[in-house]
Amino acid sequence: MENAISISGLHKSFGRTKALDGLDLQVPAGEVHGFLGPNGAGKSTTVRVLLGLLHADSGDVRLLGGDPWKDAASLHRRLAYVPGDVNLWPNLSGGEVIDLLGRLRGGLDQRRRKDLVERFDLDPKKKGRTYSKGNRQKVAIVAALASRVDLLILDEPTSGLDPLMEATFQYAIQEEREQGRTVLLSSHILAEVEALCDKVSIIRNGHTVETGTLAELRHLTRTSISAELAGPPNGLTKLQNIHDLKVEGNRVRFDVETRSLDEALRQLTQVGVRSLTSQPPTLEELFLRHYTTEASAK
Amino acid sequence: MTATLDRPLVTGPAHGLVGTWHLTRLALRRDRIVLPIWIVLLGIMPSTSSGTFETLYPTAAERAGLTASMGANPSLSLIYGPAFDLSTAGGFTAWRLGGFLALVIGLMAVFTVTRHTRAEEDSGRAELLASAVVGRYALLTAGVLVSAGASVLIGVVETGLMIGAKLPVEGSLALGAATAVTGLVFTAVAAVAVQVAEYSRTANGIGATAVGVAFLLRAVGDSTSDANWVSWLSPIGWAQRIRPFADERWWVFLLPLAATVVVGAIGYALLPRRDVGTGIVPPRPGPAEAAASLRSPFALAWRLHRGPLIGWLIGTAVCAAVFGSVASGIGDVVGESQQAKEIFQRLGGTDGLIDAFMAAMTGLFAMVVALYGVQAALRLRAEETAVRVEPLLATGVGRLRLLGSHLVFAFGGTALMMVVSGVLLGLSNGMRAGSVGDAIGDMVVASLAQLPAVWVITGLAVTLFGLAPKFTTAAWAIAGLALLLSLFGPVLNLPQAIVDASPFSHVPKLPAAEFTATPLVWLAGVAVVALVAGLMGWRRRDVG
Repeated sequence: MENAISISGLHKSFGRTKALDGLDLQVPAGEVHGFLGPNGAGKSTTVRVLLGLLHADSGDVRLLGGDPWKDAASLHRRLAYVPGDVNLWPNLSGGEVIDLLGRLRGGLDQRRRKDLVERFDLDPKKKGRTYSKGNRQKVAIVAALASRVDLLILDEPTSGLDPLMEATFQYAIQEEREQGRTVLLSSHILAEVEALCDKVSIIRNGHTVETGTLAELRHLTRTSISAELAGPPNGLTKLQNIHDLKVEGNRVRFDVETRSLDEALRQLTQVGVRSLTSQPPTLEELFLRHYTTEASAK
Repeated sequence: MTATLDRPLVTGPAHGLVGTWHLTRLALRRDRIVLPIWIVLLGIMPSTSSGTFETLYPTAAERAGLTASMGANPSLSLIYGPAFDLSTAGGFTAWRLGGFLALVIGLMAVFTVTRHTRAEEDSGRAELLASAVVGRYALLTAGVLVSAGASVLIGVVETGLMIGAKLPVEGSLALGAATAVTGLVFTAVAAVAVQVAEYSRTANGIGATAVGVAFLLRAVGDSTSDANWVSWLSPIGWAQRIRPFADERWWVFLLPLAATVVVGAIGYALLPRRDVGTGIVPPRPGPAEAAASLRSPFALAWRLHRGPLIGWLIGTAVCAAVFGSVASGIGDVVGESQQAKEIFQRLGGTDGLIDAFMAAMTGLFAMVVALYGVQAALRLRAEETAVRVEPLLATGVGRLRLLGSHLVFAFGGTALMMVVSGVLLGLSNGMRAGSVGDAIGDMVVASLAQLPAVWVITGLAVTLFGLAPKFTTAAWAIAGLALLLSLFGPVLNLPQAIVDASPFSHVPKLPAAEFTATPLVWLAGVAVVALVAGLMGWRRRDVG
């Protein structure tokens, strides 16, 4: 099946600052793809290259089978975009903005619009500046989701939404997925990513460091183990892929990478295990590990 | 037991002005380029122009006749103000520049106050500041202090340089102070405008309109003999009636100072009656659904441009009607005044007095209309910095179509204004001559002949937008420089090569002179090249 988004080796610099440094990203049609990375990693820059707002320095970028720079206007009829920071025209009402953006995209599903305005509890009569941050965000979300498009590009779309609206948003995206739409979701909200995304890509310093399903990524992380042993845990220190080892008498605490889990347990049982707790890797740890500098040095 | 904080609560003053000093320093830092330009530009003008007086009128006999001849000419009074004593370099300078300095410092004050108050609220930055230890009145006070400080500094630089140029001390002081207090009055006016207006654009519009009305009031008062008192309603009129270098009347300073205090107090009284981020008039709700017509970039551009466009059209119409009706009185009064003719020959290019006056007026209107052209052409840049362009470009709208929908207003709007000014100048002048139809036709042609020059300025703004978006403010400098060169170049005896740098210097001075198409074709060519360069740049460059 053809990829809705296909980026390889993308470079983009602003003056001396390298924003993107060989980024790769593949999003097959029909997939909800999480796009993650610390602040300043280059997520928004990537999105803006995809939207034809920025000219890539080098690299190959395909969007819905076209060139996002050359075919910008025609491709944009097939996608909708929600920025992370929505600025509205001060003298236009929210309802006017929704209709205008929808019409400029080539049409709006009126039933879906009405439904979404209700579900997101949005007052469409207010003027641009009188909206709060979360409500401005809702205006852009409704405008995007009510459009008849193939691809949704969402750049931290839920920043400023309350938990109730966050749930409404997740439900709406599930509906989009069932409709077969492709979604690129840049987000910092892990629960959102976990609930919605088929696959994720993690970027750092302008290039992709990890990509795969969440199950695959979990596999790459560490399990935390704490145990009380029958004797001093001598052999553990020699093991590979053990981190943050703490020994207090017969008690040990350490993190172990998944590939060495088996070996570490064998080491423990050789000494004799009195009690053992193990914590599976959480999503937070997965991200923290990729977000911190130590991981990039690897 | 009550919990104790590790860090003691810092207690300090909590009055309404807390933090003013920090905000003032922040404002000064942000204005470190703009304010010095205003100060230098306005500060050096009087001393430099006084030098040319002696080269223009070398003999005592020539000077003695000036007051009687030029001073009695209502059309000159309309532009420059009342002439009190034109026999000295100081008196001549005060007449020529006093009103202009007052007008420009008024605009500076309005823009400065708005930039540091209302515009900060629009951007949301004011909210961030308000959450710090900052008093309710601190932001307004900081803006007022910066504007008032700049006004005073302009006055000081003016006075110092004039004294340095060997002009009498009293007169130098009076002219410098007259400019400065006009700055103070409009600082106060701006302090009210930023409370009333819903957005910074509206605040700038209200303030600039107040400056324009002040200029118009004194223009009417100064050019008619039976309604002279009207000039006393205008702060710009006050500045001139201080009579620098012509037996100064110091008591007149009481008027602007009192006005500053009263109007400023209104601003401060209004401030607590509104919420941060809104005007004194609460925002009205809009429609829940867009009208069927709001479906194109042009429809959006119309919503964004219609307010300023209508405002500018009304302003142009009023000014043209007033100026045109004054022109009808010229011929009767001036008689055979050689000096007045000389001035109009320079401005208007011929000695047919009314025609020369009309030609000078169309030139003046064109230069001011060019400012609208720049404003409208740069609107998309303002939208871009407010991050409102990206959501539009993420729809099916192409870049050229988006820019084009704004440029319709920049180019079409300026054309419309020139037609309006032509029609009204012709109408009011034609009613006197009894040939309305011909007069209107002539003046519309004369006004439209200015259009290529207006479009050169507008086109250059587009060039900057496309090729150097970070430096779009330079477009204002270009427009301002062209205006100064055409308005004061001939008076300052600048070399023709420098005066020719302004596109307006090349326009045939209709209806006084012969129509020649060649310069117009050249100007139109330059405008087209500038426009195309801007469009190409915009197609290629990064957005944001």
